[in-house]
Amino acid sequence: MSDQKMDSGRRNLILATSAAGGVAAVATAVPFVASLTPSERAKAAGAPVVADISKLAPGEKMVVKWRGKPVWIVRRTPEMLASLGKVADKLSDPGSEKSDQPAYTKNAARAIKDEFLVLVGICTHLGCSPSDKIKTGGEEGMAADWQGGFLCPCHGSQFDLAGRVFKAMPAPTNLEIPPHTYLSDSSILIGEDSKDA
Amino acid sequence: MAANSNYEKYKSNGTLLGGVLEWTDARFPLTSMWKAHLSEYYAPKNFNFWYFFGSLALLVLVIQVVTGIFLVMNYKPDGTLNAYGLPTAFASVEYIMREVSGGWLIRYLHSTGASAFFIVVYLHMFRGILYGSYRKPRELVWIFGVLIFLCLMAEAFMGYLLPWGQMSYWGAQVIINLFTAIPFVGPDLSLLIRGDYVVSDATLNRFFAFHVIAVPLVLIGLVVGHVLALHEVGSNNPDGVEIKKYKNEKGVPLDGIAFHPYYTIAHDLPAAVIFLFFFSAVVFFAPEGGGYFLEYNNFLPADSMKTPPHIAPVWYFTPFYSMLRAMVWNFFWIEAKLWGVVAMGGGVMILAFLPWLDRSPAKSIRYRGPIFKTLLTIFVIGFLILGYLGTKVPGYYFFGYTPAVGADNEIVFSPLNYLLSGDLIAQLFTVYYFLFFLTMPYWSKIDKCKPVPERVTFK
Repeated sequence: MSDQKMDSGRRNLILATSAAGGVAAVATAVPFVASLTPSERAKAAGAPVVADISKLAPGEKMVVKWRGKPVWIVRRTPEMLASLGKVADKLSDPGSEKSDQPAYTKNAARAIKDEFLVLVGICTHLGCSPSDKIKTGGEEGMAADWQGGFLCPCHGSQFDLAGRVFKAMPAPTNLEIPPHTYLSDSSILIGEDSKDA
Repeated sequence: MAANSNYEKYKSNGTLLGGVLEWTDARFPLTSMWKAHLSEYYAPKNFNFWYFFGSLALLVLVIQVVTGIFLVMNYKPDGTLNAYGLPTAFASVEYIMREVSGGWLIRYLHSTGASAFFIVVYLHMFRGILYGSYRKPRELVWIFGVLIFLCLMAEAFMGYLLPWGQMSYWGAQVIINLFTAIPFVGPDLSLLIRGDYVVSDATLNRFFAFHVIAVPLVLIGLVVGHVLALHEVGSNNPDGVEIKKYKNEKGVPLDGIAFHPYYTIAHDLPAAVIFLFFFSAVVFFAPEGGGYFLEYNNFLPADSMKTPPHIAPVWYFTPFYSMLRAMVWNFFWIEAKLWGVVAMGGGVMILAFLPWLDRSPAKSIRYRGPIFKTLLTIFVIGFLILGYLGTKVPGYYFFGYTPAVGADNEIVFSPLNYLLSGDLIAQLFTVYYFLFFLTMPYWSKIDKCKPVPERVTFK
């Protein structure tokens, strides 16, 4: 090599060929990576669901499936609603400023009608579904001053009865509230905002 | 054309078999490979039982591949519900367990094999640390090994989703969500891994493809690289001395013996028998491994609406899972969730740097000083405790201790509250784990080593 002059024309051809080959290789990878993204069917599966709340007794919770996720509907009693104020100073985001919810639920009770709480039952930390700790205190095996709420079994995040996360918990934000609207007094459409909103 | 080795080609002795061999050897490096890797691969004569685990890992790999092939014949990677309302994948595993002839055995061999693989590999890695097998010139052998370990973790994680039980489902959910902690690309990356907005049929199918084809291919390639790199430089030994320093007139190391037949027949074969003895005992009498090899919650079909009250990874992930959970502080403007992921990934990756972190004049623990022995002992105890705590719920206290609380239910300052807190101890040993490696360049240099002999010691 050292005693010969390098043929820079050929060297440039090698470079150009490698570059063109590299571009082709990357371009070929695109459809393969694209095939890993959610399919059209998966994207279309987010149809809204109707929840019948006529049989939901005060203080109880029901679960409906929306987009493969559990959506909780809790019918809160006046005592349960009163607890929201009591825990406010222990919460990480009491005003739900950093959290995900439709604008019409960004209020003190995080609900359209205070009585009915609608939440996506998936912890904002790593996606487990928190367990019910709806009753107060020792009844749920929680601390004596527990006002009722939810406890994530995976990493211990605690939420109040509006799905708001307590301070110093792994979950960064409050539980998400899905878009929803009342079709009548006894049924909620989950996954769609009100038409007139 | 030069042959691809310096070995002479085989010459027939006139028999039919000899003729076939000569014909083949002229066209394929058969005898040269046999000699280079077996009959004329000279391994140090002073191997002890710690040297069982490399060949045992190969044995378990074969068990996993063979049982895996037979499982695929009846398993269906399908997350949709069948006519009985059960997820098809879950039902197909139960079908294998109850209705396929011998299916239960093949399945238990495979599930027990996964745990056995990690037991063997952990011991194999520990051997490397004991005798400095990662030191120059074996850095690449070690790096191949770390990559094999990573591949094995990916393989085990994806395989665990396939039975589509509750632990499969929620374990995958948590681990895939870990990727969301990565800045900017995290949420899109986890979506790309799942192929859906939740862990679903799409996730199950791609994990199946990776578990059955992609990762095993890479794994086997890495194993070949690991062995080739090893045979290029030669095996280390419990004395950590190079046997190639003293050779006879034929170039054979004085302290070396041919791998075959001395190690294959007299060392590894008995080891395989002893191993299979214990392995069979687990397969036949305790295939669930007390809930550690197969978690009880995984006998419930996956339910995307409900997380089991206690979820924990399988035992071989728990030390690293503890490191993930131990990171609860936001610092350097980076949130705790990302630190957790960094600790878990870093805990594995830091091993790859061991060849350059260790500056000790002696390779083997036999000649290393008290600092190494002390720190390594604490390291091992810490790693085991991290593993134990990873199977427990957050807020766990040792010995069933209930923390002392104050009037307003806050956990108060009390020595026992700190000493027995699983969370605090996990944090302590996580920090120790990383400090052990990061400060190694310093303490390994100043440690008081004994003089290393010129040749191996062997009675």
